[in-house]
Amino acid sequence: MLLYALRRLLLALPLLIGITFVSFAVIHLAPGDPTAIAQTDPEGRWTPELIKMMREQWDLDKPLHVQYWRWIKRLVQLDFGRSFSQDGRPVIQKIGERLPVTLLLNLIEMIIILLLAIPIGVLSATRQYSLFDKVTSVFVFTGFATPDFWLAQLFVLLFSVELGWLPISGLRHVNAEYFTWWRQQWDFLSHLVLPISVVVFGGLAGFSRYMRQSMLEVVRQDYVQSARAKGLSERVVIGKHALRNALMPVVTILGLSLPGLVGGSVIIEWIFAIPGMGQLMVQSAFERDYPVIMGNLVIVATLTLLANLAADIAYGVVDPRIRFGGRRARR
Amino acid sequence: MTRFRRAFARNRLAVIGAAVVLALVAIAVLAPVLAPWNPNRPDVKKILDAPSGRHPFGTDELGRDVLSRIVYGARVSLAVGFVSVGIATAIGIALGSTAGYLGGLVDATIMRLVDLMLVFPRFFLLLAVLAFLKPSIWTIMAVIGLTGWMPVTRLVRAEFLALKEREFVVWSQSIGASGFRVVWRHILPNAMAPVLVAMTLGIPAAILLESGLSFLGLGVQPPYATWGNILSQGRDHIEIAWWLSVYPGLFILITVLSYNLLGEGIRDALDPRLRQAVGRLVVRSR
Repeated sequence: MLLYALRRLLLALPLLIGITFVSFAVIHLAPGDPTAIAQTDPEGRWTPELIKMMREQWDLDKPLHVQYWRWIKRLVQLDFGRSFSQDGRPVIQKIGERLPVTLLLNLIEMIIILLLAIPIGVLSATRQYSLFDKVTSVFVFTGFATPDFWLAQLFVLLFSVELGWLPISGLRHVNAEYFTWWRQQWDFLSHLVLPISVVVFGGLAGFSRYMRQSMLEVVRQDYVQSARAKGLSERVVIGKHALRNALMPVVTILGLSLPGLVGGSVIIEWIFAIPGMGQLMVQSAFERDYPVIMGNLVIVATLTLLANLAADIAYGVVDPRIRFGGRRARR
Repeated sequence: MTRFRRAFARNRLAVIGAAVVLALVAIAVLAPVLAPWNPNRPDVKKILDAPSGRHPFGTDELGRDVLSRIVYGARVSLAVGFVSVGIATAIGIALGSTAGYLGGLVDATIMRLVDLMLVFPRFFLLLAVLAFLKPSIWTIMAVIGLTGWMPVTRLVRAEFLALKEREFVVWSQSIGASGFRVVWRHILPNAMAPVLVAMTLGIPAAILLESGLSFLGLGVQPPYATWGNILSQGRDHIEIAWWLSVYPGLFILITVLSYNLLGEGIRDALDPRLRQAVGRLVVRSR
């Protein structure tokens, strides 16, 4: 087991280097650089000398391989550099205050999705073609096709503008600091309701569909038949024998949805003005803030890689067939 | 083929999906004829007018007719969908067939590249690239295509791995057919079914991405109308002009839904066994 984990970790190393390479290349191969914005400054405050100084300070005047080498040398010391934007703060600090927000939101969403999707999937599989199954199928198809940013806008239109029940955006009321402690918590929660419902709606479609499919396959297996033949009650057959095995592919899907967990839903964060990773990414993209964009890409991709690794290893623990299959595990 | 047609026709939802997709293509092609107004002509006397007989979907903040803008927006969405999926599929077929046919080190390298690209959240990559490019319909098509080839590569490779051991392939190799000929004439045509399904299901995913990018202001630039940028106007005027938020999204929903129904219909009619292989793919591409 330990050997398997170690081998997976070693295999991840070249991928890690690849991540830094892609993050760097994506940005530096595209035409235009941060000084381009300065050059279009309408008041002409940016003299050519100033721009030249800027380029020197940020290493932009050096050849690409030198830039990459300098960047990677700092990266291994976990120094992501400083933001190009006005505040000039360290990138790691900027990301550090955003990541918890995104993680908190996504964890809550993921838990709600799983709590709802598993029973929905199981019920519609065990009652295939029933009214419940048909209704959820329609819901799933609409859920797949609904753009999340549109749904967000409709929710705001209905619950914030028309009914005035929930706040339009942000995480706190402007006067939140004067509220009592209880009122602050209530205020925070009410800001979370809309973004979380939007993401849950979209995620629910995918997961419940998966759960249904996987359950449908499992109930046809021989061991489910033999569990029935033993005279076990339907509840035990489905809830214990079948469900356990049906959950396995869902674990894989969970692993695949991890990039979204760390990266955050970019547009949702943008719409609801939630200060998370997604919003930071959009802002830095608009400002052409190299160090922040690269830092974001590297951190999110690395966390995803590690999370996938953890999921694979966990999978190996749950299902011994994978561990001994060696090559099959790597695909 | 007749078997396919009969199986497809029996699937009512898929037929409806196909009809709506055809209708949307017709709307996009015939936009100049169908649009009741010039989509880009402002009218200061009709700023943010609510829906009425003359303007069924209302007008925007410059007094332009929203229905006409949505009709023209269909052109952008469908064109981006087709072209970007075309790009992704071409890359996917090239890399996937190379990896699957040659195997060994080439295969390992290409598949690690796929793994590498998959650890980046797609929207982050798109933002990173778009931040430095001049936004235009061509850039959007290119970047969506260039960030979406990984699932097709995996799919094609898997088909090739299964097909290259089959007798008809081994025979044609034994009579001295070149590697390219074996791949192009014998294996690829047999591997196309899942690719076709993946393409049909890839188009709505691309349309969703495009409208999302337009919504953020990184897509096709105003004054040209896209469903995404009308929605973003709707966000600016959400407290007074609900019609700017409701209608464009409805069109995105209908488009994506019909493509999904069509794609699933083709998949089930071609071969019900494809369900698993391509089903996975859809979730990934989101």
